[in-house]
Amino acid sequence: MSAASVNLGDEVVMEPEVLQQLLESLRSQGYQVIGPTLRQGSLVYAPLSSLADLPRGWGDAQEGGVFRLRKLKAPIFFGYGVGQQSWKQFLYPPRRRTWQARREENGFQIQLPDEDAVKFAFIGVHACDLAAIAVQDKVFLEGPFTDPHYRARREQAFILAVNCGHPCGTGFCVSMGSGPQVTQGFDLALTEILQGTRHFLVAAAGSARGQQLIAQVPHQKALPEQRQAAANLTAQAARQMGRTLETADLKSLLYRNYENPRWDQVAARCLNCGNCTLVCPTCFCHTLEDTTDLTGTQAERWRRWDVCHTVDFTYLHGGGIRNTIRSRYRQWLTHKLATWIDQFGVLGCVGCGRCITWCPVAIDITEEIQAIRESELTTPPAAKE
Amino acid sequence: MPRKKRPKLAVWKFASCDGCQLSLLDCEDELLAIAGELEISYFVEASRAVVKGPYDLSLVEGSIAAPHDVPRIQQVRRISKFVLAIGACATAGGIQGLRNFADVQEYIPLVYARPQYIEALETSTPISGHIQVDLELQGCPINKRQLVEAVSAFLQGRKPVMPAHSVCLECKMRGNICVQVAHGTPCLGPVTHAGCGALCPTYQRGCYGCYGPKETPNTASLSAWLGSRLGMTEPELLRLFRTFNAGAPAFRQESEAHEH
Ligand code: SF4
Ligand code: SF4
Ligand code: SF4
Ligand code: SF4
Ligand code: SF4
Repeated sequence: MSAASVNLGDEVVMEPEVLQQLLESLRSQGYQVIGPTLRQGSLVYAPLSSLADLPRGWGDAQEGGVFRLRKLKAPIFFGYGVGQQSWKQFLYPPRRRTWQARREENGFQIQLPDEDAVKFAFIGVHACDLAAIAVQDKVFLEGPFTDPHYRARREQAFILAVNCGHPCGTGFCVSMGSGPQVTQGFDLALTEILQGTRHFLVAAAGSARGQQLIAQVPHQKALPEQRQAAANLTAQAARQMGRTLETADLKSLLYRNYENPRWDQVAARCLNCGNCTLVCPTCFCHTLEDTTDLTGTQAERWRRWDVCHTVDFTYLHGGGIRNTIRSRYRQWLTHKLATWIDQFGVLGCVGCGRCITWCPVAIDITEEIQAIRESELTTPPAAKE
Repeated sequence: MPRKKRPKLAVWKFASCDGCQLSLLDCEDELLAIAGELEISYFVEASRAVVKGPYDLSLVEGSIAAPHDVPRIQQVRRISKFVLAIGACATAGGIQGLRNFADVQEYIPLVYARPQYIEALETSTPISGHIQVDLELQGCPINKRQLVEAVSAFLQGRKPVMPAHSVCLECKMRGNICVQVAHGTPCLGPVTHAGCGALCPTYQRGCYGCYGPKETPNTASLSAWLGSRLGMTEPELLRLFRTFNAGAPAFRQESEAHEH
């Protein structure tokens, strides 16, 4: 079929090899195209120079504290869940110089960093990660103070999303209402179908940029059975979630359980290493570091990721205020699933499962919530005071 | 241009391998600036010229391991305004701190042909066990980036940027994939003090803790996982925590927990 225009949300079908043209088109529009690659024996988001860089035929197996690549029988492009990294590292980089100052004859000169508003195209964004980007949008763009650096990168980013079609080891997007089907926040969404020898992509545009991209490549209107195949795929994935989290009443559950003995049990296991928040695609905390050179001519202020698991995170004059692992783990879980609602009107968790997989000792937030719930069944909270 | 009097720097060596002092000489790009800002007054590794004390900044490398070290470190304190202890030897007793777990008198005759020439204390201990230390840089060896930061902070009278959190923060910020989770390689990063920039995981190796314990390290939980899930035996766990920082309290307790 010719390059007729498609309506938003209309499903069209394309050959998998068309992906190459999509990547090239994005590159020719000035995007830095980033997607999953096989590096360091795992999934790493990195610049894609061609379709061959995608981990075709690879999937993953995840459980608490364990991630392994797995060779798939099917030579599909998008057969894996989410890896350790998330898109947060591009929209909200781990380290960034916010300003520097140079001492001069009579005073000093402030220099602001060059605006490095890279135009990213993200390839293979899962539903949970789309939801995570929406959560960070609320944090960085919708409050009284906005982050111009995040805004510049965010507004330009092109998002090519994929629908999940495989069992997810540690994720629970169904519980959080964030997946496995992408519903909004994308420019182009793909579902990859392999039925016997028939291999195709069902695509839908979510924005004018997505419509234009589809128009540039060969595609056909999707047949009802092709649309059904796409729907079946995510429905099947939804039935194979590794975890569930009961969200009803979460906020008050946590608010009335500050002193639950479960916090002591998890604190005995928690390494306060910070990995869970570092991999969490919604965590946004950072600290500011001020340095100078040896001669005192140049001073710099850097913003770098920080996590609520460190003592310095709550440093006030004289010391930290969350000095026990118990209080710091409780802060993390309570922020994600309760205080975040008061702060931003949504939960701070989208159910991607990263904090479970990448915790070096497999601490599992769904298990912690379940344990707190069950403790209430045996001991009513009022009786615990 | 007339310039202000430069603060005087002294570098002292106790029981050590000289590796940490060398990181000062390693500061190729910064060495001129350091020499411009500080009067290098006592640094036998670099120059035999000695400027008399007192000194404004003393870098102390090495542990207290021999009887004559004890009065000498007191003397260093008396003539120094600011004492910066550098490296695992100076902050935890170093690899020679392994003697603290054994009977020195018992093995000296086995090692040395003329044991009567050996004057060794029963233990090798950190500088802070003997004098008040103003700042410690952990690591075996320390790295020059840290050293330049500590010296810059000293010169400018500011707080050094020296977070006490885990190596994992540096590791993740660098974009490394976790070797323990993704490959099953045991890693001490979660209990180890940051500072190296997650050097070992960057080359896909587990951290072996050469920077010593971080703040509030939960070594027992990590050991439990390394034992039950990654198959490390009790003797292996003991050795894992008993290396360059064997004498640091958190690592000492953990290695002792695996003694049977
Ligand atoms: S809290 Fe855990 S599961 Fe939830 S979004 Fe963050 S990393 Fe994912
Ligand atoms: S959970 Fe911790 S690191 Fe994450 S956003 Fe909340 S306070 Fe910050
Ligand atoms: S929950 Fe796990 S990843 Fe998070 S700080 Fe504790 S041990 Fe580290
Ligand atoms: S590789 Fe080691 S240092 Fe890096 S995140 Fe994993 S446990 Fe931490
Ligand atoms: S990763 Fe660990 S062992 Fe390697 S240099 Fe850093 S602290 Fe030392």
